Amino acid sequence: MTQPVSKLKVAILGSGNIGTDLLLKTLRSAYLDCTLFIGRNFNSPGIAKASGMGIRISDRSIDAIINDPSGCDLVFDCTSAADAKRHWPILQQLGKIVVDLTPAKIGKMCIPAVNLHDCLGSQNLNMITCGGQASIPLTHQIGIIHPNAQYMEIVSSIASRSAGPATRLNIDEYVETTEGAIQSFSGCRKAKAILILNPATPCIDMQTTIFAKIDNPDMEKLTVAVNDAVAKVQKYVPGYHLILPPTREGGRVVIMVKVQGRGDYLPAFAGNLDIINCAAIAAAEAFAQSPRKMKQHR
Amino acid sequence: MKKILISDPTLRDGNHAVKQQLTLEQVAAYAASANAAGVPIVEVGHGNGLGASSLQVGMSLLEDGAMLKAARENLTTSKLGIFLIPGFATINKDLRPALDLGVDVVRVASHCTEADTTQRHIGFARECGKEVYGVLMMSHMAQADILLQECRKMESYGAEGVILMDSAGASLPFEVSEKVKSLVDHLNIAVGYHAHNNLGLAVANSIAAAQAGAVILDGTACGFGAGAGNTPLEILVAVLAKYGYNTGIDLYKMLDAADVARAKLVERTPVISSASLVSGLAGVFSAFSTPVERVAREYNVDPRDILFELGRRKAVAGQEDKIVEIADELARKKSRGTPE
Repeated sequence: MTQPVSKLKVAILGSGNIGTDLLLKTLRSAYLDCTLFIGRNFNSPGIAKASGMGIRISDRSIDAIINDPSGCDLVFDCTSAADAKRHWPILQQLGKIVVDLTPAKIGKMCIPAVNLHDCLGSQNLNMITCGGQASIPLTHQIGIIHPNAQYMEIVSSIASRSAGPATRLNIDEYVETTEGAIQSFSGCRKAKAILILNPATPCIDMQTTIFAKIDNPDMEKLTVAVNDAVAKVQKYVPGYHLILPPTREGGRVVIMVKVQGRGDYLPAFAGNLDIINCAAIAAAEAFAQSPRKMKQHR
Repeated sequence: MKKILISDPTLRDGNHAVKQQLTLEQVAAYAASANAAGVPIVEVGHGNGLGASSLQVGMSLLEDGAMLKAARENLTTSKLGIFLIPGFATINKDLRPALDLGVDVVRVASHCTEADTTQRHIGFARECGKEVYGVLMMSHMAQADILLQECRKMESYGAEGVILMDSAGASLPFEVSEKVKSLVDHLNIAVGYHAHNNLGLAVANSIAAAQAGAVILDGTACGFGAGAGNTPLEILVAVLAKYGYNTGIDLYKMLDAADVARAKLVERTPVISSASLVSGLAGVFSAFSTPVERVAREYNVDPRDILFELGRRKAVAGQEDKIVEIADELARKKSRGTPE
């Protein structure tokens, strides 16, 4: 028996830049239907935008979901780490899938190009960081080909204007979360993450460089694997491009990617915000296409 | 007599000059001589500060902790200083363990327009009772009003002073005067200046800063530092004395310390090489010239072209990966241009 074609009902909790950009992405999705866009204030630009597009809105924060528990099946949490921690037990009780875009680190770490299928067994997905989304599809491949890689390092440069106050205040959390995720996905015991803000105008695109220390790197295998991984990411992040293929330089392997945003609600230079939203949409769409997995969480 | 507080990053900025390979013996020897000369603050670490040992900006021979211990054991009157850039170092991994080793002075740095990345780190070090300064790097890239706005943020986070770094050695004395004066006139905290010698102006710029009201100046023994080097401290101390400023440093013993540095640390006294001069003209972070020269050889392109392109793209400190990106582009262009 085939499943009836119906879109997955999703709610977006948090009406800031991330939430509003996600809303525009859900509108383009063949699998997702945004049934509720939730903020805390009817005067916020995000709420105004959603309302103008005929989306059902609320200013009641988490209460909007508590009061209408059948209104959605999946919640994108785009609030803050502290709020996401408060929301999770409530949403868990209500049987909602949570795709968490805050740095709360509650659920299973999700990199769609790497472990999307495994994630469908979890009710809460942690989308890690922008640098993690940009680099882990590649460091994961390095880890498969060279399980004995001694060290991996990722350096992300982003436009200053794309780094909001929360990113700046929590720069340590960004670094430590990204390092932990690289270690966990690549199996490499030593990992380092560096974040650089560049104020140049016009704004720079997000760029991530991956360095690895590997004895006798198999450059042919790495090149094939990296090309495959880039193609996989491009399926859900159209602005993801390889700008330097695996290269040996100064005793290290270097790979560089660039991430241009789609410019939905956030400006195109904010590839760092776009990639994490694209990954969240990919995760939600995977649930939408797997109704059996959805039922397990009820 | 006006007082100037000298901070000496020979064992931090100097690490750039030896590709982050300073040894324990070198750290101990120089720390002891600087201490003997009465240098008030001795800054120690990787060239890019705590937690910066990396493939991006160079792996250091020694761990941060080992360097700090070696220096600590040799400082009795001089204070032990560290430098850190949020985005490289974190409080938990790097700053807290360093403070536990007996650090006295903490400098928290950001690119000159990104002071709000330093809030947590400045606050934390202050809560731990340390002497804390904010640092704006690459200060030639922002106008005086922007620098003031960023310094005000650092003041509000708890910094007891702010230091402008001319990380590219790109500034001219009149620019230094204007920027320092604007800070001195509007801030309630101490103002400092850290020069580099790419255009041969390190001492002149330091004096310009002092005359505009700066009360903290940085210099390193023999100018040991990134690229064309820093302000040579023994020269700075002598010139400041001639101008009538008091640094509290014993000139003879400072000259002895410089001799120790020359004998034990400095492989070659910093010179203004073509690459360093171009780096100053292009406004590119001084520490880039060493990797630029290496990568230019590997890709067979002109290092000066790489440096000017880095300047055009407004690369900031820590963006060494752009060197390979640009060299790769230049090499491709070159091979397209000359069909063989």
